[in-house]
Parts: sequence; structure tokens; C-alpha cells
Amino acid sequence: MGLENTLFESLPDVITVKLDAVVNWARKSSLWPATFGLACCAIEMMNTVSSRNDLSRFGAETFRASPRQADVMIVSGRVSRKMAPALRRIYDQMPEPKWVISMGACATSGGVFDNYAIVQGVDKIVPVDVYIPGCPPRPEMLIHAIMMLQEKVMNESVRDRRDTYETESRQSIVPGTLPVTVGTALEETSKTASTRPYTIASRHEKRRSS
Amino acid sequence: MNTGKLHEFVEKLKAENAVWVADVKDARGEVTVTVPRESIAQVCRVLKTEYAFDMLADVCGADRGPEEEPRFEVNYHLFSTVHHSRLRLKVLLSEDEPNVPTVVMIWKAADWHERETYDMFGVIFDGHPDLRRILLPSDFDGHALRKDYPLRGYEPYSLT
Repeated sequence: MGLENTLFESLPDVITVKLDAVVNWARKSSLWPATFGLACCAIEMMNTVSSRNDLSRFGAETFRASPRQADVMIVSGRVSRKMAPALRRIYDQMPEPKWVISMGACATSGGVFDNYAIVQGVDKIVPVDVYIPGCPPRPEMLIHAIMMLQEKVMNESVRDRRDTYETESRQSIVPGTLPVTVGTALEETSKTASTRPYTIASRHEKRRSS
Repeated sequence: MNTGKLHEFVEKLKAENAVWVADVKDARGEVTVTVPRESIAQVCRVLKTEYAFDMLADVCGADRGPEEEPRFEVNYHLFSTVHHSRLRLKVLLSEDEPNVPTVVMIWKAADWHERETYDMFGVIFDGHPDLRRILLPSDFDGHALRKDYPLRGYEPYSLT
């Protein structure tokens, strides 16, 4: 005599529901974050999955080191100028649907590091869904951000996101951090490449905000 | 700290070639020898082979400011694992010609230190096998530790 029996007795065999509701419910209930620990915020992020705070209560405890298995990138810490192309590449490697949480003051706005070496906000590189203030934010704040993201996911529509690839979004050139040695083939490529460029914004970056 | 032994080395250097030692400073137990740009590689070679300064602890640059002449200095911190003493060599460079011969063929350790000095100050090390940026991204504009480099860079960074 479990929950299933009670459900079967009280509900009809077939129910109709909006596709968006089912898909979004499945997506939000198992968000897999990609670890992008860059500084002290990462310690709080680790704490969030520990036994005291237990992020698995919200279905987002499966941190993945591979971007190909992740849904949400938690950028925790300051993003340096040199890390920026790598971060963008990791983001591009994540399959759709994907979201980004900017954790802490540095990732959000550069924080106290208002200088040439630090990117003044990760939204200069990737589209951000939820910002968390704090230096560093407490684990509770990260949990709150994930709950806000889940709310946002529930309000999305499947029509807004297409997994079909677009040719123009796959073009990329030599990132700025690759060493260019004189007299190699790389030197030629780096000359012809434009100054901007890792990828052109993919379609969902232009999606309507929810 | 007693710097008598170091001064002996400096005197020997002077005896070998008077041009090599332009100036000697002794402050807080540290001896700094100012060497003309052209002879830095020779001096380093002699100090390593004859006076057992077998370790190059650091190569670093300094910018005295755009209004100063000479504007840049390059400092070589030598250490001897044989007689446990430290010696500093200093080369002064003008802004128009910030070139200095490399010492990579004397100490392998100079490779990355010289790249860092080039990266941060724009000092050109003539004869360096692979002189390119090491800390900053290769598409970086300017040299960050120069006094006239703006703190926030020339323009804000953005991919969007």
C-alpha cells in the first residue's frame, strides 16, 4: 500500500498536460552543474554539495567535470582575461539546454578587481541567467539561486530552445591564449583571424528573456 | 651581513675589464653592480664559470617612469650554491632602445624570467630563442607593468 496505489485509485489512466510543463519539470528536477571553480567562491560551491547544505535536496548535486554532461555552468570566482576564451569554449561545448549562474561579486561585475587582468563581469563572455551577489556568497545563496533558476526553467518554452546546430555558431578561430610561435602554421592563422571571435552568438542567446 | 667577499669579486671583475663595472652599491648587506648593456652576457659568463654564481634566482624589470632617463632597468639576482652569497646585476635601458642581450645560453632559468620581463615591460632580449608573452594573453595590447599603462587597460574586454 504505497503512494502508487493511492495515485492509481485517485487519478484516471490518462491525463493531459502541457508538453512544456512536463519537459521543464524533468529539466529543472535534475540540473547537472559544470564545475567552474575559479577562486574562493568555489569553496562555498563545494560546501553547497556537502552534507550540511546538501544540494541534492534540489536535484542539482551531480557536478560534472565534463561540459558535455552538464546543464548549468556555475562560474564561481574571478574570470581573468586569459581564462575568458577557455570559459567561452567550455560554454560552447555544453549541449543545449544550458544555463549559467554567475556566482559572487567578481564573476558578476569584476568585484574589487577593477583592472586590466580581470573581465568585468562574466556576462561579457556568456549569457547569464542568475546572478548571485556576495563575497563570497553563502551556500544558502547558491541554493537560492538554483531554486530561482528552476523557477525560470519552469517558465521557459521548448519552442525557445532548438538543439539543431547552426553553421555560423560553429565557426571558431585560434583563441587568444594559444601560444603563437614564429614560423609555424599557427602564425598564419593568427594573422588572418579577426580580433573578435570565438563564436557568433547562438540562437538561444537572443531568446526572449523570461 | 659581511659583503667583503662580494667586493672581492667585484674588484676582480674590474681588474679583468674596467668597462664591465659602471657602478657599485652596497646597501643593507646587498651588493648591486651596474653593468653596461653590451657586456652583461660576458659578465654573467665570467661570474658563472669563474666565481661559481651557478644559479640565476630571478630576472626582473623595473620602470622608473616615462619622464626618467634611462627609463627601464633589468635586474639579475645571482646566487651561488657553492659559497652561499648573492649578487645583483643591474642594466639600465632607455625607452627608445629597450634591448638587452639574453643570458639564456648561460642559465636556462633565464628563459621564462626574460619572457615575463618582456611581457610586463616590453624589454626586448636580443638572441632569446622564443621571446613571446608568458603571463598575459598573446593578443594583449601593451605592457601591463609600465607606469603609463592605464590600470583598467586600453579598452574594456568583451566578446559580445
